[in-house]
Amino acid sequence: MSTITESFLTAGQLIAEADGKLLSIVGLSLQVSLTAVFLAACLGLPIGAAVAVGRFPGRKPLTVILNGMMGLPPVVIGLLVYLLLSRAGPLGPLGLLFTPTAMVIAQVVLITPIIAALSRQIVADAWRDYEEQLRSLGASTPRAALTLLVDTRFSLSTAVLAGLGRAVAEVGAVMIVGGNIDGVTRVMTTSIALETSKGDLPLALALGFILISIVLILNALAHALREWAARRHG
Amino acid sequence: MDLIRRSFIAGAAAAALALAAPFATAADRFITVSSTTSTEQSGLFKHLLPVFQARTGIEVRVVALGTGQALDMARRGDADVVFVHDKAAEEKFIAEGFGVKRQEVMYNDFILVGPKSDPAKVAGGKDITEALKAVQTAQAPFVSRGDKSGTHAAELRLWKAAGIDLDAVKGAWYRDTGSGMGPALNTAASMNAYILADRGTWLSFKNRADLTVVVEGDKRLFNQYGVILVNPEKHPHVKKADGQAFIDWVVSAEGQKAIADYKIDGQQLFFPNAAK
Amino acid sequence: MAEPLITLESLRYEAGERTLIHDVSLRLDAGRRTVVLGPNGAGKSVLMRLMHGLIEPTAGRIVWNGGGARPPQAMVFQRPVMLRRSVLDNVSYALYLAGVPAAERRARAEAVLERVGLSPLAHRPARVLSGGEQQRVALARAWALRPRVLFLDEPTASLDPGASAEVERLIRVIADDGCSIVMVTHHLGQARRLADDIVFVDAGRITEHTPVADFFAAPRSEQAGHYLRGELSWT
Repeated sequence: MSTITESFLTAGQLIAEADGKLLSIVGLSLQVSLTAVFLAACLGLPIGAAVAVGRFPGRKPLTVILNGMMGLPPVVIGLLVYLLLSRAGPLGPLGLLFTPTAMVIAQVVLITPIIAALSRQIVADAWRDYEEQLRSLGASTPRAALTLLVDTRFSLSTAVLAGLGRAVAEVGAVMIVGGNIDGVTRVMTTSIALETSKGDLPLALALGFILISIVLILNALAHALREWAARRHG
Repeated sequence: MDLIRRSFIAGAAAAALALAAPFATAADRFITVSSTTSTEQSGLFKHLLPVFQARTGIEVRVVALGTGQALDMARRGDADVVFVHDKAAEEKFIAEGFGVKRQEVMYNDFILVGPKSDPAKVAGGKDITEALKAVQTAQAPFVSRGDKSGTHAAELRLWKAAGIDLDAVKGAWYRDTGSGMGPALNTAASMNAYILADRGTWLSFKNRADLTVVVEGDKRLFNQYGVILVNPEKHPHVKKADGQAFIDWVVSAEGQKAIADYKIDGQQLFFPNAAK
Repeated sequence: MAEPLITLESLRYEAGERTLIHDVSLRLDAGRRTVVLGPNGAGKSVLMRLMHGLIEPTAGRIVWNGGGARPPQAMVFQRPVMLRRSVLDNVSYALYLAGVPAAERRARAEAVLERVGLSPLAHRPARVLSGGEQQRVALARAWALRPRVLFLDEPTASLDPGASAEVERLIRVIADDGCSIVMVTHHLGQARRLADDIVFVDAGRITEHTPVADFFAAPRSEQAGHYLRGELSWT
């Protein structure tokens, strides 16, 4: 039996058993990443809209920087956040290293630029169509930015989902700042890395299948919600 | 405007929910131990820690790294206790004032793992330096951890003992992977290479492919583990009492027995040898 | 003598190297329906955007009401921009931006939709309406602001004849409500039906400003005459 077939069977078995340990790992993955996505959206969407609509010096370089930061290597962010949160670092006294909160921080740093850059593009495209009308109606720049965020909400959901996908699938940063501590900071991706290290490739791949399924289900739900809302609001 | 207001209310509600949802915290009382991949991945801690926690109520959070990284993490004050296996590095750590005192806990041994086809003809040997010389002479592929771990340090000592100047003879046959024990074993398995491994990780390693133990039992393959409390004078937040409780327990008769009791397929992985 | 609505004094507009409007002076009187005609690229839309304040002139100035405050005004574009929300909310949004108190918005929005015959569509998403319906929402949204002057930039260019007729009817209703109209169109029949006065723009300059009957009977400027003969030869 090939490793891949074996993995499928293992994955099925793991899901059927709904082992408490697996559930808590999946739960922690989702809790960390959803929290990170929520915070990153709160930061990234206004930043994206402001860069799209605002007229201030340094706007073009900022756009380039935002786009470039989409490709930040997670390990580098992990290291950066690690050094910040380390006892010897500036935020050391908070004692956040090796906690889920540290993983949330690293993921927020990782995906805020993704959400900001994608939403900047979406809002800038809409701004081209809306600008004259909104300015004719007397909308201030911040008000216009907010209106565009609300009006492009269905497209923006894709940007947020892209951030979620990256957050859930990311291993380098959470490994460093979380420490992959059993029962405390072990999430799906660090479990997969651990099982790979132990040479248990079928189990690692099975966990991978479960992770992919979760991401697919989240996307399907978001897509369905979006379709339903789009039909209602045009 | 209702729409924007509605969006805001929904957003605020989601925010409150996300932030209020507390992360499940197992225990308020815990210590952080920086240790090595060999102890974590061999499953020793999974066996040991619940016993300790049941006894004392102290949760032990293990961050598994190479010995070098584990000591660095403790130097920055991110651990209460280090549990590693590189005597020289540990003594340096103490000398720098980062550790209070080094206590020996247990040992296991390193083994030379290689392909069944054995191109260097070293299988069954008892002399590790002869075996390494043969590997180098045959230019047979050899995978090195290359990550400043305890195992990597041991490997470098053994090459030196074999009279081989690695920097001079390194070639395509010598693969410096810069990875943990498990990933390095995965690499060796896929390349049919020789590799120095610790027995604990090897016994719990599943993806062996054509690899097998070729050299074992040389006393130079002895692998001693030590445990050190991080110096509270350097890092005042170190949980001195609970960290010391953990150290006291692993070197106690009960802790030592628990270590001896850990077996995979009936084989004992670690041999307690704490000073009485 | 009629009250002046807007006076342009030596208005100039440059975009990069090109001068799109050359020192134009013009006076439009309150209560008139003015149609701006001219060939493509003559600067009609630019001129109207300058008047509405969407773009800033490079030189010259705009005087409202012979020296008073800028009156409430609105603009309707060729392609209506509908926000992704209901028809009623689209109108309410404009009222919100205009500073109308929350308590009055809904009633005012409903009243204007009633007057343009869109009440049955009030709770439909604006984006799913037909082009003609959307343009009527845009007119309702503009009218809800109680403008003294309404600017229209080719409001029927993308519409079929039936929808165009409805839009023309609404423009007349809004004008009869006491609102001055400034409209750009390419449709000479529409200009003849709606205009009191014609402003003819050619290559960034105004070549004439005459009552509609005079313009179509005998245009004063050579460019207008040329344009009329060209356009009419195609109809």
